[in-house]
Amino acid sequence: MSAAEVTTPLVRKTALNAVHRQMGAKMVEFSDWEMPVEYPASIGGGIVSEHMAVRNAVGIFDVSHMGDIRLAGREALAAVQHISMNDASRLAIGQAQYSALLYTNGTFVDDVIVHRLGEEEYLLVINAGTREKDFNWVRDNTRNFDCQIEHLSDEFTQIAIQGPKAVELLQKLTDADLKAVKFYWVTRGTVCGLNKVLMGRTGYTAEDGFEIYIPSDEKTSARVWYKILDAGKEFGVVPCGLGSRNTLRLEGKLPLYGHEISDTINVWEAGLDRFCKLEKPDFIGRSALDKARAGGLKKTLVGLEMVGRGIARDGYKVLDGGGNTIGYVTSGSPAPFLKKNIALAYVPPEHAPVGSSVNVEIRGQAVQAQVIPTPFYKRPKKS
Amino acid sequence: MGYPDDRKYTKEHEWITADGTVGITHYAQDSLGDIVFVELPKVGTEIRAKKPFGTIESVKAVSDLNAPASGTVTAVNEELTTDPEKVNKDAHSAWMLKIKIKDPAEMNSLLSAADYEKFVSEEKH
Repeated sequence: MSAAEVTTPLVRKTALNAVHRQMGAKMVEFSDWEMPVEYPASIGGGIVSEHMAVRNAVGIFDVSHMGDIRLAGREALAAVQHISMNDASRLAIGQAQYSALLYTNGTFVDDVIVHRLGEEEYLLVINAGTREKDFNWVRDNTRNFDCQIEHLSDEFTQIAIQGPKAVELLQKLTDADLKAVKFYWVTRGTVCGLNKVLMGRTGYTAEDGFEIYIPSDEKTSARVWYKILDAGKEFGVVPCGLGSRNTLRLEGKLPLYGHEISDTINVWEAGLDRFCKLEKPDFIGRSALDKARAGGLKKTLVGLEMVGRGIARDGYKVLDGGGNTIGYVTSGSPAPFLKKNIALAYVPPEHAPVGSSVNVEIRGQAVQAQVIPTPFYKRPKKS
Repeated sequence: MGYPDDRKYTKEHEWITADGTVGITHYAQDSLGDIVFVELPKVGTEIRAKKPFGTIESVKAVSDLNAPASGTVTAVNEELTTDPEKVNKDAHSAWMLKIKIKDPAEMNSLLSAADYEKFVSEEKH
């Protein structure tokens, strides 16, 4: 793959598109991708059922729209360190970390998972909507390093198997010892007859589970998808769409690009301090973050629970008791597992303490909400 | 799914009976997905044909409820406030409003069950 400028095609489809249609999924456009939003109730689908399946048993998601960038070579670590905010030097081979790519002003190019696959080999898993932007940005900012950059997004079908029964399910299909793989570590093994399949104990649901990377041809993708569903029958596996993916990640307070993080929000505002290592060697965005911290926060991300009747939605205004606009909702939805209406919102720090009362403007009405601790949902520790 | 022929339908997926009972169609509830919130007007409110009279929310989205005909609200199905999922279970019996129809002639422009069924089968493509 050459390092030429990459542009975005119009509407894109994953290798499993025909499979989703065959299963009767409702399809929507998301970041230029035509993706399943939910599957029919007749096969256990619907956003609420899919959400509950992941919390209580296991669900599988086609997340092939996610992008992948490989950096390899003598200075691969130095390159990764330069472009990302977490400390990649702490990664052992086979380990992964949550991180972010930042602009020089400390706002987000994207959030990423950095996987160390080999001595001098890293894989960045990036968001669908920012694939081309990320790749071009990574390429432009690593020119001075002795390492190769490859855009592998189209090489993989990525399937997420998530929920308390996810490990047991995937174990039926692979020779790798999955119990030995810790959270945010990866392994390779045979899956459904495919050799050396990359399997990461990662996800975007606030549950245990794996994300697997298989070849992106339609035949292989469909075969593996159906095999997983078949092997998962005994656990009550349900295919899941982007609808439940969003409600699951929201309950877990996992940020979504364009909502909780963007090119107008910095690391401190987003509350991602623990993934930002100022003590490591210099990285893009660092000096701006140093300054921003000294200057104090103007807004900060909080979790809201609706007290009054109403559902806060993305973009709704947050008001103080006097009706003045003080912030905005980045993501809001009914939370199917928690059975309440929750939201993430940016508000000034003085309104951020847990217990603070604010209002959300819903169709012209101020509806009461309260700042509550986040993440809204934490998965129970295994006994 | 059969659409009962005791009522008329709109292209915005509402139904209304001759005596002014109003609801949304099976097709509408299926497109919306899990319904979690219904906001309806108070008894006595004047509603106008094709204008929003309330709001319905699924987990994913917010939609207007549009009036199939003009009239005055005479009853509201309060059950839907606590059990909005009843609309998913049986959209054609989970009525929302009863209205006193202002101009019965307005009903003539609405779709019959057969025409509505044809209309939604084409929308699905």
